[in-house]
Amino acid sequence: MIRFTHVTKEFPRTGFALRDVSFHLARGEFAFLTGPSGAGKSTILKLSYLDERPTSGEVKVAGTSSVTITGRDVPKLRRKLGIIFQDFRLLEDRSVEENIAFALEVTGAPSTGIASRVGKLLTQVGLASKGMALPRELSGGEQQRVAIARALANDPMLIVADEPTGNLDERATRGVFQLLRDINAAGTAVLMATHDLELVRQAKFRTIELNHGQLVFDSGAPAPAAAVGDDA
Amino acid sequence: MRLAWREALLAFRRAPMLSALSVTTIAFSLFAFGLFGLVALNIRKALTEVEDRVEVRAFIVDGTTAEQTGAAIADVRAFPEVASVTMVTPEAALERARRELGEFKDVFDPGILPASLDVRLKEGFRDPATVKAVADRMKTYDFIDDVRYGEEWVQKLYRIRTLSTLAGMLLGLTFAAVAIIIIGSTIRMAVLARAREIAIMRLVGATDSFVRSPFLIEGALKGFLGGLLALLLAWSANAVIGRYVFRADFFDVRLSVLGVLAGALIGLLGSLLSVGRHLRDV
Ligand SMILES: Nc1ncnc2c1ncn2[C@@H]1O[C@H](COP(=O)(O)OP(=O)(O)OP(=O)(O)O)[C@@H](O)[C@H]1O
Ligand SMILES: [Mg+2]
Repeated sequence: MIRFTHVTKEFPRTGFALRDVSFHLARGEFAFLTGPSGAGKSTILKLSYLDERPTSGEVKVAGTSSVTITGRDVPKLRRKLGIIFQDFRLLEDRSVEENIAFALEVTGAPSTGIASRVGKLLTQVGLASKGMALPRELSGGEQQRVAIARALANDPMLIVADEPTGNLDERATRGVFQLLRDINAAGTAVLMATHDLELVRQAKFRTIELNHGQLVFDSGAPAPAAAVGDDA
Repeated sequence: MRLAWREALLAFRRAPMLSALSVTTIAFSLFAFGLFGLVALNIRKALTEVEDRVEVRAFIVDGTTAEQTGAAIADVRAFPEVASVTMVTPEAALERARRELGEFKDVFDPGILPASLDVRLKEGFRDPATVKAVADRMKTYDFIDDVRYGEEWVQKLYRIRTLSTLAGMLLGLTFAAVAIIIIGSTIRMAVLARAREIAIMRLVGATDSFVRSPFLIEGALKGFLGGLLALLLAWSANAVIGRYVFRADFFDVRLSVLGVLAGALIGLLGSLLSVGRHLRDV
C-alpha cells in the first residue's frame, strides 16, 4: 500500500526532514508513526499523499510512484486515500452533511446518490442525528468523526491520519480511535502519526518510530526473506 | 458542476463591491465599443444610401455629334465598374432639375443645361477611389468638359467612419484591459479568501480544473452582466439621441448578442489569466 525506498527529504531553509527512510505498509495493515516533535512524522504523511515529493528515493502509494507521477495523477491518487488531521479541516460555513457531500461532489460523483451515501457515512461514524449542524456546534470528537466520514466518502484503500486525536480528551480519543480500528478491521490500511504513547502501548499495532528524520525503530519490519510481495 | 455554480454565485455575495466594479468596467469597455460602433453603423447605413445614388455625371460640350456620344457610351459601358450609362438630353436635364428643385422650376430656360452622360457604378465599386478613377477616365474624351461626382463628402463620410471605428476600438480595448486587470485582482482576493477551502478541495481529490471552474464561471458571469449593462447603456444613449438629435439605427439582435458574449469572453479571459497563477500560491 505504501512503500518508502531510501527516501530523503530536504527543505530549502530547514534542511533534512527525512534521511534515507525505508518501510513498507501492507494492504489492510495498521501502523503508528511515533517520535518526538520535528522528527518527520507529518513529512512522511505528506509524502504519502504526494503533497510533497522526496528529494531522493521513491515513495510508492496505491500503485502510484513519486518518481513517475504527473500533476494530473495527484487528484486520482487522493481519491483512493482518506486524509485526517488534528485540526479536522472542516468547512466552517457548511453543515456536517455538506462537508461530507463536498468530498463526493469534488470528485464529480453523480448528485443522485450523494444524499443517501452521506446518510450512511454519518450513521457509520455515529452522527446520524447531527447532519444539519455546523462544525462549530459540535464537540471536538464529533468534528473529527465528521472528518473521518468525509475521509471515507470515496471508499479509500488507505487512511492517512496526522495526530487525529491530538486535540481530543481521553474519552473522545478512545471513541475516534475505536472508529479507526473498525475501519481498519473492514480492510482499509491506516497510517497514523501520534504522540499518544499510551494509545500505542494498548493497541499493540505495528509502530514505526522516527527521530531526527531517521527511522530508529520498526516493530513490524518484515524479515528480509519475507519482503518479496510488493503491493505498494 | 452544480458545486462550481454555487461557489461562483457565493463569490458575488462575498465581495459585492468588487464584483460590481468588475461588472461596471466591463460594461464601460463594451459601451465605448458600442457607441463608436453605433456611429460607424449609422455612417455605413448613410453611405450605402448615398452609394446607391452615386453617379458620375459627365457634361457634354455643345455641338457634339450623336456618333461621338454613341461611341463613348459603348466605351464606358464596357468599363468593368460600370452598371449603366444613360444619355441625358438638355430637355431631360431641365425636366429633372424642375422636378428636384420644385419651387425654383421657373428659373430655368430650356437650353441652359448641358447634355450629360450619367454613369451608375456597380455595387462594390462605389468607394471614393474607384469613383474618381472612372471620372478621370471619362475626362479623357475631348467632348466632355466637366465631370462631377460627390467626391468631397463621400470621402469625408468614409474618413469619419474609419476614425470612429478606430476610436471605439482604442477606447474599448483600454477599458477591456482595465476590466481584465480588475477581474484579475478580484480573483486574487477570492483565491486568498478561499485558500483553506481550496486546500481542502485538493486534499479530497479535486482536480485543478475543478478548483478553477468556479472562478472561471464567476468571471464569465460578471462579463455577461457587464455586456448586458453595456447594451442597456448603449440603447439608452441611442434612444436619447433619437429623441433629441436624429433617429439612428441600433444594433440588430445578432450584434447585440455578440456584444454580450464579448463581455462574457472578457470576464473569462480576466479570470483565466490570473486564476492559475494565484492558485499555485495557496
Ligand atoms: N514545508 C516545510 N518547509 C520547510 N521545512 C519543513 C516543512 N515541513 C516540515 N519541515 C521541517 O521538517 C522537520 C520535520 O517536520 P514534521 O512536521 O514532519 O515533524 P513532526 O514529526 O510531524 O512534528 P510534530 O510532532 O511536531 O508534528 C521539521 O524540522 C520542520 O522544520
Ligand atoms: Mg506533525
